[in-house]
Amino acid sequence: MSNGTSQPILSVQQLSIDVGMGASSRRVVDHLSFDLFAGQTLCIAGESGSGKSLSSLAIMGLLPKAVRVAEGAISFEGRDLVGAPERELQRLRGKQIGMIFQEPMTSLNPLMTVGQQLQETLRRHEPLGRQALRQRAREMLESVRMPQVEKRLQQYPHELSGGMRQRVMIAMAMLCRPKVLIADEPTTALDVTIQAQILELMRELQQVYGTSLLMITHDMGVVAEMADQVVVMNHGRTEEQAPVRQLFTQPQADYTRKLLAAVPVLGTAGQPGDVSQQPVVLQVRDLSVRFPVRMGWFEEDKQVHAVEGLNFELRQGETLGLVGESGCGKSTTGKALMNMLAYQGSVQLFGKELNGLHGAELQAVRRDIQMVFQDPYAALNPRKNILELVGEPLLIHDQLPRAQRQERVAELLRQVDMPADAMYRYPHQFSGGQRQRICIARALALNPKVIIADESVSALDVSVQAQVLELLEHLRKQHRLSYLFISHDMAVVERICHRVAVMYGGQIVEIGRRDHVLHNPQHPYTKRLLSAVPMPDVDQKRDFKALLQEFEQPSPIKGKGFEAPLQKFHDVGGGHWVAVG
Amino acid sequence: MKVLRALVRRPAVALSLLYIVIVVLLALFAPWMSPYDPSEQFVEGLSLEGAPLPPDTPYLLGTDLLGRDLLSRLIYGARTSLFIGLLANGLAVLIGTLVGLSAGFLRGWVGSTLMRFTDLMMAFPALLLAIALSAIFQPSVWIVALVIAMVNWVQIARVIYSETIALSARDFVAVERTLGASSLRILFSHLLPHLLPTILVWATLGISTTVLLEATLSYLGVGVQPPTPSWGNIIFESQTYFTSAPWLVFFPGIAIVLLSLAFNLVGDALRDELDPTLQGRS
Repeated sequence: MSNGTSQPILSVQQLSIDVGMGASSRRVVDHLSFDLFAGQTLCIAGESGSGKSLSSLAIMGLLPKAVRVAEGAISFEGRDLVGAPERELQRLRGKQIGMIFQEPMTSLNPLMTVGQQLQETLRRHEPLGRQALRQRAREMLESVRMPQVEKRLQQYPHELSGGMRQRVMIAMAMLCRPKVLIADEPTTALDVTIQAQILELMRELQQVYGTSLLMITHDMGVVAEMADQVVVMNHGRTEEQAPVRQLFTQPQADYTRKLLAAVPVLGTAGQPGDVSQQPVVLQVRDLSVRFPVRMGWFEEDKQVHAVEGLNFELRQGETLGLVGESGCGKSTTGKALMNMLAYQGSVQLFGKELNGLHGAELQAVRRDIQMVFQDPYAALNPRKNILELVGEPLLIHDQLPRAQRQERVAELLRQVDMPADAMYRYPHQFSGGQRQRICIARALALNPKVIIADESVSALDVSVQAQVLELLEHLRKQHRLSYLFISHDMAVVERICHRVAVMYGGQIVEIGRRDHVLHNPQHPYTKRLLSAVPMPDVDQKRDFKALLQEFEQPSPIKGKGFEAPLQKFHDVGGGHWVAVG
Repeated sequence: MKVLRALVRRPAVALSLLYIVIVVLLALFAPWMSPYDPSEQFVEGLSLEGAPLPPDTPYLLGTDLLGRDLLSRLIYGARTSLFIGLLANGLAVLIGTLVGLSAGFLRGWVGSTLMRFTDLMMAFPALLLAIALSAIFQPSVWIVALVIAMVNWVQIARVIYSETIALSARDFVAVERTLGASSLRILFSHLLPHLLPTILVWATLGISTTVLLEATLSYLGVGVQPPTPSWGNIIFESQTYFTSAPWLVFFPGIAIVLLSLAFNLVGDALRDELDPTLQGRS
């Protein structure tokens, strides 16, 4: 903890960063100041476009060409880093200041083994013999709790899971025992249980080595878990700077208050509305999806059992949450329901069997069941304007003439709170939240009965996320829609869903009303998952130590003819079912 | 019209367009534009020793080995070269795009068959194929154009194929399917516009290679038959005299380089103008 009198190890004073040159330059970071003391954790929190990542790059002297520090000072142990010669910065990077990026796959060299990369980093800064280099690399991997270190040293990045890769990144950054570690969204790309492991690991390393941590994150839950001191940024301006407890208990700035209000908090939603008397819209029986894996000529082909014997139903006006970590089969389920891939079992929409439909019949069904994808940037063809995009389903299914299409598109845009003149613009002219609204308008065009939302709000900033969730809720009531809401985010699921189904290894392990499943979890996996969610509440710091043990998902690749044993469920009461055995 | 105005606003593109227009006009009105008959051999077109004349009056760009006027031959040659360049290249782009697009989109056995056939064509020496084809058919400008198209579509098919595969994996294509769009609609309304930049680049780059391939074929005697001039065969006829009569290679060479450069610049600019995501930038 800081004692206030000692010198900060890293000090940023009145830092301003401009993009572009001359008259067209734009300020992206405006007079940012903070001090980082030894052994402390400082979090820079903010939504996308707040300038938090550029600030960290400026400290490392790694700003892209068109971006420059306009004014201000960055000093590391009293040395000024702005304008320091590149050679001096190179000596500092890695040795004194380490950095971890968001995407561990793209930050590691895919053509070098883990061992080679670690040793190379170390060799650059410390003149050690080969034996000593190898020894240090091994020790470092052990201290990031990497299982089977000897084997890992020989492996390439693609052979490791996302969590393991991030451990390698941390090991690499910590190798030279830097005094400051900068972590830019280090857990954003990871599953919650892996995120909990990485956060716990960083806490441990910080205690062992006394490293100061500068963490950049958009996740207020992570901030509450990790930070001593917090800087909240918004559009380059510092909205608030405060010790973590004060920030969460007495936020001063309006923006902080709004941000905290927008963050969904797990465990705060009450009993959902009762929809159990509504008619069943979508009935899923024994849904299985298998992908063939071609082996060599002499080996028998295998199968990936992505989804295994799913049973559930969706009632009119109901939102069913499908949660689980990556690879659990939740997105595959959504795609199967959309008939985008072949599956076994039965899916009935209003009693009409969907499995095996194709051609015109399938087209007709697509009216009633629609999908909203995760990435609003990828889901819209960038070469079409909004009128063409939103109007396309109307053209395909109803051959509506242009004038009527225009009218209907304007009406749809109004429903998702977008101005009608948006229809003459192109997708890249809109923000992520606006694009997702456009995607929703598009899905609504044919008045569907069921909408499958596959991580539809995961790519959005929290404040935008809250608005889109509200919109979805409003539309559900207005049009009596049913949602299958696929998400990895428990808090979001709790906010919007009536019932929740937890998936693990291609199967549902627990299903029931949201308050039953999330507040009284029965299955060990559900418990584990829920204990890993970071809480945006300083009084609820979580202990992730129990999660540090690797918890491998069973391999979904099975030999031909493998049949999963039938799942048995235990009725906890009130429609809450838990898989047993 | 808006696109054209935007193109003319860039000086380099405006000059390129101007050059292309001039060449096209020269080719169209060759009989009225050229000072002499391109195949007439003038006695005074050769020096006393029988060497070709350097650029001077009355032969502005000099004469060739047979005492013919180079300027007239270049003007008439523009006809052949442009015709072959546009027709052969257009055909190659059309075939390549269709094959690559359907193979990449349909995948499965149709895709594999198409691509294996493409690989086969690629492995076959292009020149040998061209020679064989022109030996079977009576050489004419049409046959030469067809032969060049048969040889050139292969690379385009490969490139379009891999781009189509990458594009088909993008989310918006999946969204189109969930909306109930038919395959034809996805192909032509959603995938093709994204392939346009690639197609344009190949179409413009291809013109220069086509002109050169035509020249090679002419040189080997299976291309455009003398005395019909083309920019390519003018170069090849005179290349051994390059040191003593450099203008014979220089002028047609410059004409070819400028033509392909002009097409490239126009193609690039067109690609940028047609991309809505680049509007108002650069």
